[in-house]
Amino acid sequence: MELRHWWWKFLAIALLLFASITALRTPLTPALVHVSPDRIAPGTSVIEVLGYNTDFQAGSTVVYLENADQRVCPSSTEVTDATHVQATFDVPTGLKEHLTTVGVDRLRYEGALFTEGLGQGIEGGACGPNEASSTVADAPFAFPNRSILYESIRNLHFHVPMWFTMIVLMAISMVQSIRVLGSNALEQDRTAELAAQVGLVFCGLGLVTGAFWARATWGAFWTNDVKLNGAAVTGLIYLAYFVLRGTVQDAHKRARLAAIYNIFAFVLLVMFLFVVPRLNAVDSLHPGNGGNSGFSDLDLDNRLRMIFYPAVLGWVLLGVWMLNLRVRAARIAEPLDP
Amino acid sequence: MKPAEISALLRLEAALDLRQRAAWAGMLLYVVSAVYVCYLAVKGGLGVATWNALFWIILLFAAFNALARSFQREDAGRQLYLYTLVDPSSVVLARVLYNALTMVVLGLVSLLIYSLLMGSEVLREADLLQFVLAVIVGATGFATVLTLISAIAARAGNGIGLMAILGFPLVLPLLLLVMRVSKLALDGVAWSVTGTYFGGLVLLDVITVTLAWILFPYLWRD
Repeated sequence: MELRHWWWKFLAIALLLFASITALRTPLTPALVHVSPDRIAPGTSVIEVLGYNTDFQAGSTVVYLENADQRVCPSSTEVTDATHVQATFDVPTGLKEHLTTVGVDRLRYEGALFTEGLGQGIEGGACGPNEASSTVADAPFAFPNRSILYESIRNLHFHVPMWFTMIVLMAISMVQSIRVLGSNALEQDRTAELAAQVGLVFCGLGLVTGAFWARATWGAFWTNDVKLNGAAVTGLIYLAYFVLRGTVQDAHKRARLAAIYNIFAFVLLVMFLFVVPRLNAVDSLHPGNGGNSGFSDLDLDNRLRMIFYPAVLGWVLLGVWMLNLRVRAARIAEPLDP
Repeated sequence: MKPAEISALLRLEAALDLRQRAAWAGMLLYVVSAVYVCYLAVKGGLGVATWNALFWIILLFAAFNALARSFQREDAGRQLYLYTLVDPSSVVLARVLYNALTMVVLGLVSLLIYSLLMGSEVLREADLLQFVLAVIVGATGFATVLTLISAIAARAGNGIGLMAILGFPLVLPLLLLVMRVSKLALDGVAWSVTGTYFGGLVLLDVITVTLAWILFPYLWRD
């Protein structure tokens, strides 16, 4: 019961508290989330812009259209509240490109408007991004605000660490299984089984957090995706592992058979999770697969990373702690024969 | 692991199968019946994707049926006898080789029966060489994964039911890859595209054989 033996438990608590609180409390950076209508033609157009976490103010908020570096200034701007602004434009004939960007102060909505009446370009207006404007609240620390993701980006700090923790626990289980083959010791066999159980809990948590994230971003709780299939197969493999354990009565024989299956299954699982998606990657929605960028591309200023890495370490330590408790409880409840 | 032992064990397996011809007849009849059930269930033509998927599902079940015998037919007495005579790694390598051979023959026969009954219009556009290669590599893969699983299930004293539970999730990576590559072959895609998939499949086969070779000696001990 000395402190130097359980410092890592305090570390786990500290990391989890830090990561969970900042993951939930950090605001998103201000962004423009909706522009209507979605097309403009030469003539008068009223454009409505919806902001998120913005602070639009009548008088100082500047709205403009941008097409091939040429700007169109509004004839009038009306700020409804901190997140709604309406601007009237006299759209000229002769804009160069099909997609026109809408800008409000220093925020931009790229390619928001499909543009009709194209030509060789126009005389650009003098209005433009208002770098100094205070109308967009600038939080000192904020998460990237991306369309589709929006607030769900916080789930990065919960969903992904679950899989890291699961893989770590399954790896512990496999290492214990290798030791079982060397020594035929039941103690290691029990640790292998308990590690797989705790790992399966994290697999379930990863599936649940992932399902809600998928619902929010892709519109469905489950899709037929390589990453999701990998998660499902992991669950099946370890359930089969428990079935195998349940079938064999003799403890030493069970230890050996289960260890052999565990090692074989873990290697094939690693192939399935990390090699097959690389080959079969053409049709995946999941970030980091099939040509989709991972979060590293969103996170140019490393703000997500500052919370993500502590979260991963915290959850992994928590998983190991859970395993530690299970093993100690099992030792008391069912002592093995000497 | 000695080549002489392996060839002797291969000859033993072949002799056993020649003695029990009903076993082979059983495997073939299983495939024919499965294809015929599909033929009756699916009226009219199938698209390329469904044709391909159905073929691999039939072959997968045939593999489970055929490879379950591999270690089941051995009683404890003969196992002990073999244990005193040869190296366990020779036993597993001989079994994997023999099972791979069985599965390749079974796969090609299945393909023949399947394309006769289910229609071979799908094969007209296909790169046949690639498709047959996919069948060979895939059938070998089924054999390498399921040989060790068959041994574990036999050791656990529980028959084909346990083997299916243990085997299905482990066969999946192989199954997904081989279905993808055979679909590409049916679409007549060039070698430059399918090459990586074949490479991945061969890698998977090699890894599973290596694992079986390392792990089997521990399984054999009692």
